[in-house]
Amino acid sequence: MQRMRDMDRTSWQVAIQWAQVNLFSSWWSTALTLFGLLISYWIIHAVVDWAIIRAVFTGSDGSACRVPGAGACWPFITNKFKLFMYGRYPLDELWRVNLTYVLALAGLVPLMLPGVPGKLWLSIYMLVVFPIIAYFLLTGAEWLGLPIVTTDLWGGLLVTLVVACVGIAASFPIGIVLALARRSELPLIKWLAIIFIEFVRGVPLVTVLFFASVMLPLFLPENVTFDKLLRALIGVALFAAAYMAEVVRGGLQAIPRGQFEAADALGMSYPQKMGLIVLPQALKLVIPGIVNSFIALFKDTSLVLIIGLFDLLGIVKQAIQSDAKWFAPQTAATGYVFAAFVFWLFCFGMSRYSAWLETRLNSGQRH
Amino acid sequence: MRNWVAAGLALVMSYGQQMELAAAQTSTLDTVKSRGQLQCGVSTGLAGFGAPNDAGVWQGLDVDICRAVASAVLKDADKIKFVPLTAKERFTALQSGEIDLLSRNTTWTMSRDTAAGLNFTGINYYDGQGFMVKKTLDVVSAKELSGASICVQTGTTTELNLADYFRSNKMEYNPVVFEKLSEALGAYNAGRCDAFTTDVSQLYSIRLTLGNANDHIVLPEIISKEPLGPVVRQGDPQWANIVRWTLFAMINAEELGVTQSNVDQMKNSKNPAIRRLLGVEGEYGVAMGVDKDWAYHIIKLVGNYGESFDRNVGAGSPLGIARGQNALWRDGGLQYAPPIR
Repeated sequence: MQRMRDMDRTSWQVAIQWAQVNLFSSWWSTALTLFGLLISYWIIHAVVDWAIIRAVFTGSDGSACRVPGAGACWPFITNKFKLFMYGRYPLDELWRVNLTYVLALAGLVPLMLPGVPGKLWLSIYMLVVFPIIAYFLLTGAEWLGLPIVTTDLWGGLLVTLVVACVGIAASFPIGIVLALARRSELPLIKWLAIIFIEFVRGVPLVTVLFFASVMLPLFLPENVTFDKLLRALIGVALFAAAYMAEVVRGGLQAIPRGQFEAADALGMSYPQKMGLIVLPQALKLVIPGIVNSFIALFKDTSLVLIIGLFDLLGIVKQAIQSDAKWFAPQTAATGYVFAAFVFWLFCFGMSRYSAWLETRLNSGQRH
Repeated sequence: MRNWVAAGLALVMSYGQQMELAAAQTSTLDTVKSRGQLQCGVSTGLAGFGAPNDAGVWQGLDVDICRAVASAVLKDADKIKFVPLTAKERFTALQSGEIDLLSRNTTWTMSRDTAAGLNFTGINYYDGQGFMVKKTLDVVSAKELSGASICVQTGTTTELNLADYFRSNKMEYNPVVFEKLSEALGAYNAGRCDAFTTDVSQLYSIRLTLGNANDHIVLPEIISKEPLGPVVRQGDPQWANIVRWTLFAMINAEELGVTQSNVDQMKNSKNPAIRRLLGVEGEYGVAMGVDKDWAYHIIKLVGNYGESFDRNVGAGSPLGIARGQNALWRDGGLQYAPPIR
């Protein structure tokens, strides 16, 4: 006990010393420190005041939030939480979505942690087995006794995750293939890759989605509609693949010629050369770029709103603008803060993982 | 080059014409019956007219039209696939057959009704531009707004209507224009103008997002015509009749005092108009391809027009929109349905 108090005192002294050196070393630095503290106080005070002190926490409609001077309207979130997470997915079938999440995590977490054996089998599970299971779980299958849930009932975070995950999972391999094709020495393959990449990069995602939803039905025969979500998925995946291809190509260009020549000299075939020598080095170099694309893709998912699909942001916006029961001065702010927080959680998680992965993979090179 | 483009266009256009022909040949009623589901285009979210509630169930005045048509045709108000559509998508979705019926606060205009291959089948809500003012201003009529400053969104018909109204009434006003509706509203709320103008249905929902809704009133004057109603594809008169008479049945039911709760007793009513409405006498639904008790199912499952209005946008909802022009004709409104006989 005594020892701990000693330690406390020493660490306290260390802290004071650190503050003297770093925060209060001169009058100018002292003034800046105080100014910074003042601003943080203002911001934190305003946020706490809005989100906690003046906030409304209970209620089954917006009447409590319509009181003048009320802060955040949290019951708007709690009452609509299921809607925001799953959209209009039938309540009795929600376990299927949750089971899909669990299965995804069961594959993803060991795959992402180093030192877990069986990476190959895990990859096969995630890339082949899991998508099939997830497809039948989410859309349903009569022969399994799972009622069909059409995609117009999907919404909220579910749609955001489906679009982002399919986009990420599809764009990565397609992107690598496109990058390799663009550097190919066969003119036909090379030019096809260039045309695809440059065409897609030259068109905004909004245009692609809009074309898929407004123009495409006019060219299809009567009563042939294809699923809106599927249209969006294809659009997003191809779009992301074009950007991914350029990121990967950047990595390929950074690999010294000697590496290619060494692989050739060892008599390696093209797949061996790329798979064992070039791509592992190239992909490691472009991790920040890849993660950048993934994060951008995750945030781009909210564009599907323009074709009448409701991702997380879309469904929050819909509830804010159109559910008269909850209309109140702070409903909109509360809803957007919630959506921003969820998006931030996912994007921040991805960026931390990439930072950690980089340090881990680089450790071997630091001599 | 130009020849190629022209050939391509011609191909697309002839294909489009073929498609329209195909659409005209298959009966929408048969499609809906064999599918066992009505595909109904609704708004992506408009307070009181079409929006999912906390449990994700679509509700609203426009949504009730979908439910009523499904009740008449399929005897089930829930066998509906709701297709949320943006303003740009809505007509394409109807023309391409993605939806059977569009019930999405769409203004009935001549150009839309005649040119775009669409048919409007009635008016389920008479909207129009109005004014909102602060109560402290002590104004009870738009005629008293002479010399007032008015917040309005620029580049819209709203702005033109405003100018016309004040000019024809020989009144002065001071427009304060903004690019966005939300900016105009913010300026009004901050006290930069005396009044705020847009469509009345919106005024009522916007009012709830202001600090204290009771501090603001919507003036009774309506200065423009925005008749909103359900739309069907052109070329299928039978289906157009079903949608048209579904709305008429709801209005007639209100006029005759038939409600969701008393519809079963009303079947024993002596009033011949009620007996015909509920299919006890005559076979009025059969001529348009539905059962004779079609209207009974509408009222039983959805309710009459007044009930629908009340719970979605009227006194029974947070919006609290006054019946105004949407009252029955005998109460001084415009809602009038031809008789069933």
